[in-house]
Amino acid sequence: MDKLNKKEYQKFSDKKSPKPKYLKNIVMAFLVGGIICAFGQVIINFLKSLGLDEKAVGAGTSIILVFLGAILTGLGVYDKIGKVGGAGAAIPITGFANAIVSPAMEYKREGFIFGVAAKMFTVAGPVLVYGIGSSVIVGLLSLLFRR
Amino acid sequence: MAIKRVGSQTVKLENPPAIISSHSIVGPKEGEGPLKAYFDLILEEDLWGTESWEKAESKIQEECIKGAINEAGLSTKDIDYLIAGDLLNQIIASGYSARQLGIPYFGLYGACSTMTESLSLGAMLMDGGFADKIVCATSSHFSTAERQFRFPLEYGNQRKMTAQWTVTGAGATLISPSGPGPYIKCITTGKIIDPGIKDAANMGAAMAPAAMDTLINHFKDTGRDPSYYDLIISGDLGYVGKDIVIDMMKKEGYDLSKNYTDCGVEIFDRSLQDTHAGGSGCGCSGSVFNGYIIKEMKKGKFNKVLLMSTGALHSTLITQQGESIPGIAHAVVIENKREG
Repeated sequence: MDKLNKKEYQKFSDKKSPKPKYLKNIVMAFLVGGIICAFGQVIINFLKSLGLDEKAVGAGTSIILVFLGAILTGLGVYDKIGKVGGAGAAIPITGFANAIVSPAMEYKREGFIFGVAAKMFTVAGPVLVYGIGSSVIVGLLSLLFRR
Repeated sequence: MAIKRVGSQTVKLENPPAIISSHSIVGPKEGEGPLKAYFDLILEEDLWGTESWEKAESKIQEECIKGAINEAGLSTKDIDYLIAGDLLNQIIASGYSARQLGIPYFGLYGACSTMTESLSLGAMLMDGGFADKIVCATSSHFSTAERQFRFPLEYGNQRKMTAQWTVTGAGATLISPSGPGPYIKCITTGKIIDPGIKDAANMGAAMAPAAMDTLINHFKDTGRDPSYYDLIISGDLGYVGKDIVIDMMKKEGYDLSKNYTDCGVEIFDRSLQDTHAGGSGCGCSGSVFNGYIIKEMKKGKFNKVLLMSTGALHSTLITQQGESIPGIAHAVVIENKREG
């Protein structure tokens, strides 16, 4: 095995490795993501019917979806939704709540400071850093160049 | 002069140590698998009354070691050495179980190859005349491994099809210079082989070349071929690794199609238990060896077994730095007959 050709072995082992079921995963992502977003629309309609303005409806809908994502994570349900739905469960804002709440739960035993608080962003941290970072850059560019 | 050495990587023990007792404890999922009848204790829940997964793993290992000692009718004072290791950073499951046991302790890190690493060193210590009773043990826990190597448990991600499921479980083997057996006859210590795989969700492919290297050297050193054994079983190559080993060994001129399998393939039912490419972790070969294999050897189903635990010696840190995964495999030959 000392003379193993790494490139050939990589190809060989790729051939031996089972592939994800792309079609099934895509369909399930579409359905799960679609259901979450359709439910978001239900909330929007409901909040509108209460007479809230557009800004308040947007904020209220996000708050409710984040709350539901967090609750379902705490109940041990969201990881199962994520397993079936893949990106369909990860991309909506409920998935973001799951990414924050799951490490917070996981590290509770290491204490509230070095555990929950410090580890809360291990999964979602990169999204926040680059999301907020790029929004700042876009904001500055728009301030400088918008006429 | 090293009179017990045979060939480049193998030693033949002059006075093969007897396995006088063995014990295995597994978690609930493993307890629903095809080997459930062989484990000494199946936990109802994997925290086992402790406050954290790490403490639970340590307790599983400690109770497993005690189980092996009790089964032999001995107490911890009778044991000369405990040789143990696990997957956690600073091998804390073993360190904290050794803290409770008060047995002189050697800690090992061989990742999932720990079971045969500890058996190898234990058997050599014993053959060297340094001890009368040695416990070789290891453990792993799905939830401690997930949080150390992968994601929080409640995070909703999809596991790859090549990913394996870390076994919650422990195995302990108590060896002595004499006893009814089975006996540890022969040891082939593996070299690190790194085939350049960087995907930590495809451990079977990363470790398979190390397993093949150890097997080939074992056969060359001893002059045996695979048909000498009733069972050749690797630790946790899973379905992907097993398939690779059978295919590539055939090209090297060794037919493993009849008597070779993998502990990670045997411990779970892939179609019912959603474990993708099979089981993994130190506790995989630890519990399968001390549960299934030893019990079947005592019944006489297997007389000559080659057990080869396989390990991936990486960490999340070094793979994030772009390094590939080095594999290792240690083989131990266990036979019912002491002579020959």
